Amino acid sequence: MKTNVSHYLQKYSIYIVLVAMFICCSLLSPYFLNTNNLINVSRQLSVGMLIAYGEMLLIISGFLDLSVGSVLALSGVLSVSAYQSTGSMAVALLVALTVGVACNLVNAFFVGNCNVPAFIATLGMQQAARGIALYYTNGQNILQLGDFVNIGRGMVGPIPVPVILVIVVTAVVWYMLNNTRYGRSIYAIGGNRNAAEASGINSRRSIYKSYIINGLLVGLAGMIFMARNNSGLPNGAVGYEMTGLTAAIVGGTSFTGGIGTVGGTVAGAFIIGFLENVMNLMGVNAYIQQIVQGSIIVLAVTFDVLNSQKKTKKVIIAKEQPAGSGNKPKSPSAK
Amino acid sequence: MDDIKMRVSGVEKSFPGVKALSNIDFAVRKGTVHALCGENGAGKSTLMKIIMGIYKADRGQIFIDEKPVEIKNPIQAKDLGISMIAQELNYVPELSVEENLFLGRLPVNGFGKVDWRRVRREAISFLREEGLSYAPDQKLKSLTVSDIQMLEIIKAITNNSQIIIMDEPTSSITDREVGLLFDKIAELKAKGVSIIYISHKMNEVFRIADDITVLRDGSVVSTDRACDLDLDTVIQRMVGRKIANVYPKEEVPIGDMALEIKNLEREGIFEDISFHVKKGEIVGFAGLVGAGRTETMRAIFGLDRYDRGQVLIDGREERLGSPEESIKKGLIMLSENRREEGIIPPRSVEENASLAALRNYIFGGFAHRRKERQDVGDMFRKMNVKAPSMETEISKLSGGNQQKVLLARWMLCDPKIMILDEPTRGIDVGAKFEIYKLMTDMVSEGRAVVMVSSELPELIGMCDRIYIMCRGRITGCIEKDDFTQEAIMRFATGVADMGGK
Repeated sequence: MKTNVSHYLQKYSIYIVLVAMFICCSLLSPYFLNTNNLINVSRQLSVGMLIAYGEMLLIISGFLDLSVGSVLALSGVLSVSAYQSTGSMAVALLVALTVGVACNLVNAFFVGNCNVPAFIATLGMQQAARGIALYYTNGQNILQLGDFVNIGRGMVGPIPVPVILVIVVTAVVWYMLNNTRYGRSIYAIGGNRNAAEASGINSRRSIYKSYIINGLLVGLAGMIFMARNNSGLPNGAVGYEMTGLTAAIVGGTSFTGGIGTVGGTVAGAFIIGFLENVMNLMGVNAYIQQIVQGSIIVLAVTFDVLNSQKKTKKVIIAKEQPAGSGNKPKSPSAK
Repeated sequence: MDDIKMRVSGVEKSFPGVKALSNIDFAVRKGTVHALCGENGAGKSTLMKIIMGIYKADRGQIFIDEKPVEIKNPIQAKDLGISMIAQELNYVPELSVEENLFLGRLPVNGFGKVDWRRVRREAISFLREEGLSYAPDQKLKSLTVSDIQMLEIIKAITNNSQIIIMDEPTSSITDREVGLLFDKIAELKAKGVSIIYISHKMNEVFRIADDITVLRDGSVVSTDRACDLDLDTVIQRMVGRKIANVYPKEEVPIGDMALEIKNLEREGIFEDISFHVKKGEIVGFAGLVGAGRTETMRAIFGLDRYDRGQVLIDGREERLGSPEESIKKGLIMLSENRREEGIIPPRSVEENASLAALRNYIFGGFAHRRKERQDVGDMFRKMNVKAPSMETEISKLSGGNQQKVLLARWMLCDPKIMILDEPTRGIDVGAKFEIYKLMTDMVSEGRAVVMVSSELPELIGMCDRIYIMCRGRITGCIEKDDFTQEAIMRFATGVADMGGK
């Protein structure tokens, strides 16, 4: 009974932290609990959340992507430039997604086919994609995007367009992770790749899928990012991979692989978003903010590691209940 | 009276929701081998971890030479002269033999510099004394598992240990090395060292043990002199019931050819492998460690490649390039390596069970969760899997239950041909019996089973035909009526060879 309570506390601890964070923020700043401010926070979070989903899928599979910031900038500027020459949002979207996917196919090739560690392969892509973006634009920002900005700044009623996009994406990612073979496969691959392969799972195919989805998310994030800035910034979004990684990890995605949920990542992103917002509202020095954010990622991982160590020590050794005993709400029903 | 070297008195230990040990009294005499028997989950490992200071007992006291001691961590245990050869070996593959031998206690001079000359000198003399032929600067990863096991044992001895705990020391070494190990143990006994010996292999226990303590469900059932006991009594006490028939082999009708292998070869690994299995048959593969049995099976299953030869399923030639394709054709393989190639540790027992049959539960864009839970639950009941709930992480189950979950994973695919590689390795007597029973059920349902095993009694007890491999080739094939351990060993050691006919 007692173990059940602590089990649920542990399982939902991230949401408890989120609620606590929300309450603290409302107490710390009178401006926090204001509809405009909250809408603003979610708009600011939109790019970060798209990235966080990509990183989450990759970390669950046992990999990661350090090239997010650069690929985002590259797909963003190419998309902006496509829009300027064609005037078509459809073309711009197609370009952004294609560029995001193309860069990630390269990542997937080196990681999946050549077994290069993801850290190295995507670090290389980080340099290369930034280089292409700067080369293409000659290092100049592209200014005045016209109606392109709607994807970042537009509103549908009271809700910002990017927030609607993120909600749709969240639903899709959640569905994929929980209700497709792909989702179940990446949990298995991240948990134990050899065992997954020996069970007939094609791990290379799943690795490609993870990177391709990551590419789509980064491409979309690139458009939103440029639109919000009303310019094509080849030097923009530096270090955004860290924003995504932080949200995923704070949200309980485990770097050892095989563990992570969409709900957790959403909570992680909001925890960081609220923190950043409240620090801004309180006028905390920007450099101090950076220190706080750095500390959070290390603390989150420390928590995760300590937790998993505790778990391995707690291996149940004796007296297991039969799985079919039916006296627990979670056990299979016998009908 | 005999000297008691170590005594454990009234030790209790609980884990959240589980009482692992209750009121354990247990004494080891000086210069004897004390075997500890019990099913997986009986509390043997927990007790040993308390003695080693890895876990802290809730209650109770440990005495060494009748003096109460407190052991808070493995370093203190080592200082008190206790060392343990764990079931899961602790070694650093990237370091050399000598570095591993002196791991954690490298001799240093006054400036804190490692005295490599002394390390080398002592390592060489140890290796020579033990009759081991590898070089001290060889990296450990270049050694076989059994070599490493022997090294671990030597390491324990070089610690000047007075009490050595051996947890399943023979699980991955060959019979010849078991002989060496037992010689070593005899030598140690003569020097007055006490050994706590944990094993599921009853014949070994009876070969070397002076005393036998049986544990069941966290309590001591009995402690006796080995000479006053017999095998059936010990097994009965371990399981708490009488096992009527150790091998529940049944006669089932033999059907058509299920799997036929013709002249399979992978250069340098195995060659000229030809055998067949019919529906309803259990076909065994015997051989020493390193004979190429696992490699052959992996190639058939599509985990590794093969260069030449044919694989025929139901008389039709198939080129199975991956486990995915094999599973679709109804061929599965249970890996010998439960931890590395079996379980997905952080995921639930349910997810682990349905992994290979996912396409039965997720199709047409929807997940059919209820069907999944129902099927997995039915299969768990059929296999008597014991888990607190469907959400329990598989890493929290005992070895025997993990193995049953993995068997459930494959049974959910409804396979026609099952290759089971060491299906009973490292699991307790009761679970073994259940797995034999399941194998009997499998063949009575018309499936074909290939069992690779290093335990001859189980091959002889369960199989219709046994192929024996030696150095990458099939050296012999024996039919049920002619099974003897001696005949199998002659082929396995290469003394006899009928050239795969």
